[in-house]
Amino acid sequence: MTNVAIIGTGHSKFGSRTDVNLQELAWEAVKQALEEANVEQKDIQYFSVGNVGTWSAEPLPAVVIGEYCNLTPSGTMRVEAACASGSAALREAYLAVKSGEADIAMAIGVEQMHQSPNPTVVEMIGRAGNYFWEFENFGLTFPGYYALYATAYMNRYGLKEEDLGKIAVKAHHYGAMNPYAHFQKEITMEEYLKSRPVAWPLKLLDSSPITDGAAAVVLASEEVANKYTDSPVWIEAQGVGSGTANLSRRTDFTTIEAARMAAEQVYRRAKINMDSPWKEIDVADVHDCFTIAEIIAYEDLRFARRGEGLTLAREEQTYIGGRIPVNVDGGLKAKGHPIGATGVSMAVSLARQLLYRAPNKGMQAEIRNGRALAHNVGGTGHYAYVTLFSTRRPGL
Amino acid sequence: MISDVRDAKQKEIAEVLKQLDMLTKMTGLPVYPEPKTGNPLWSDVRELDLRYQIPVKRISKFFDELKKGKVLATRCNKCGTVYFPPQDDCPKCRTSNLEWKEVQGEGELLTYTVISVKPPSFAHYPDYVVGIARFGDVSVTAWVEGPREKLRVGSKVRLDVSKREPEGYITYRLILL
Repeated sequence: MTNVAIIGTGHSKFGSRTDVNLQELAWEAVKQALEEANVEQKDIQYFSVGNVGTWSAEPLPAVVIGEYCNLTPSGTMRVEAACASGSAALREAYLAVKSGEADIAMAIGVEQMHQSPNPTVVEMIGRAGNYFWEFENFGLTFPGYYALYATAYMNRYGLKEEDLGKIAVKAHHYGAMNPYAHFQKEITMEEYLKSRPVAWPLKLLDSSPITDGAAAVVLASEEVANKYTDSPVWIEAQGVGSGTANLSRRTDFTTIEAARMAAEQVYRRAKINMDSPWKEIDVADVHDCFTIAEIIAYEDLRFARRGEGLTLAREEQTYIGGRIPVNVDGGLKAKGHPIGATGVSMAVSLARQLLYRAPNKGMQAEIRNGRALAHNVGGTGHYAYVTLFSTRRPGL
Repeated sequence: MISDVRDAKQKEIAEVLKQLDMLTKMTGLPVYPEPKTGNPLWSDVRELDLRYQIPVKRISKFFDELKKGKVLATRCNKCGTVYFPPQDDCPKCRTSNLEWKEVQGEGELLTYTVISVKPPSFAHYPDYVVGIARFGDVSVTAWVEGPREKLRVGSKVRLDVSKREPEGYITYRLILL
């Protein structure tokens, strides 16, 4: 088994991208990643495509994108892990290289949600869980599932509306600086508090938007990476977990068990101190599909103890300069959440952070340890992927 | 009546299709500018009507008893695990044909939400409360009904089987006590 490095990154503008189709959107990211890595398509021996689809027309996105980007005839597959499909695609390509089967592989994440009207998208995402026992009879929606967590968390730990607002305000603060972000504008607490409820206690401004976008990374084995670049970003460790389809089969709605498990795997593999992992990590991207999810992520990643994630938010400890900067690219909330692209987008954002290549100085974290962490959750804690990126070669 | 809800939806669809047909007739293509951006969009001319047929044979007793007003879970004889939603296989013991057990008595509301932005297929209902309640060994997800002032985490609830209107099919709900 070999070490695996990111040697090239690509990221499209996120937003309502009706100016392109699915494969054109993917190409924007793929082209950038190829150019950055300085590799040809024929060098890519395997590529995975994270895409949930159903709202977009192509049922076989991997081959449509393969053809358009001239990646055919290398092996491929479309990967689905709901909102963590991007991380699942990253995992596919990572394992292909790690196992020694491919020297160079590419992970692509792409989603074009605006091929269907918003109500249709609401309908389809609401069905993600257990279709029959949650949606068919009770019409849960994606914000609804996370609202069930928010209600329980508020009840147990005294979380206030304003605490959630802090997360939204921070996301938009950094999103305003990110040229790739869907929403490049700041919001105020007042605007947040006035925004309309979508699934009580969650409001519109607690929610990530319906977004189109693509991201891609080129991965290479240690031997090959050293030929292409002087500044590889290593995938030091990855942890994975899953949760029950039915939320009713869970007992605690203040934590995402799958994410806790994935984080512990990563910390163990990278020998990171579980009591204070933030001391060894410089920056993190967490899955803030809804503001409550970011607060729970602080705890699941052990950046704060159980029930104290809201304190990190209140004290603004996750801005640059605080305990640990989180979502300084705007997060899902402001950067946007093109479901299948998000996990790969996190890898791109964090690789660039580690190399001091954030698109704007105001969103560049200080890199002392050379480590960044991505936390990508699919569904409502149905899938979890936690990935640690490092500028230091693993094993050194 | 559910037929009224369906008719209204079909009417909306028919209106959009009529406009599309007119456009195609005028320009020769189903391409129109997106109102916000002016980006040309090809409007799909092929339809896909999705209505899944889900097999329920293995848990048909659940529906038979639901008709009699009871909500049933299944229980594994060997390890005692109770399953809700009901399932006829215990993957832990690899046994099948589990026994049936009624979910009854007082439950405790673990969490809830009020759905304001609804999926189109639920748009004909007023805002509804969805909660998860614990009844001993199992939890049940369902709509929560009853006085709103009693709605909070920890509230006592009971299961009630009744018809969901306007569809008119039998389902269960949680009633605040």
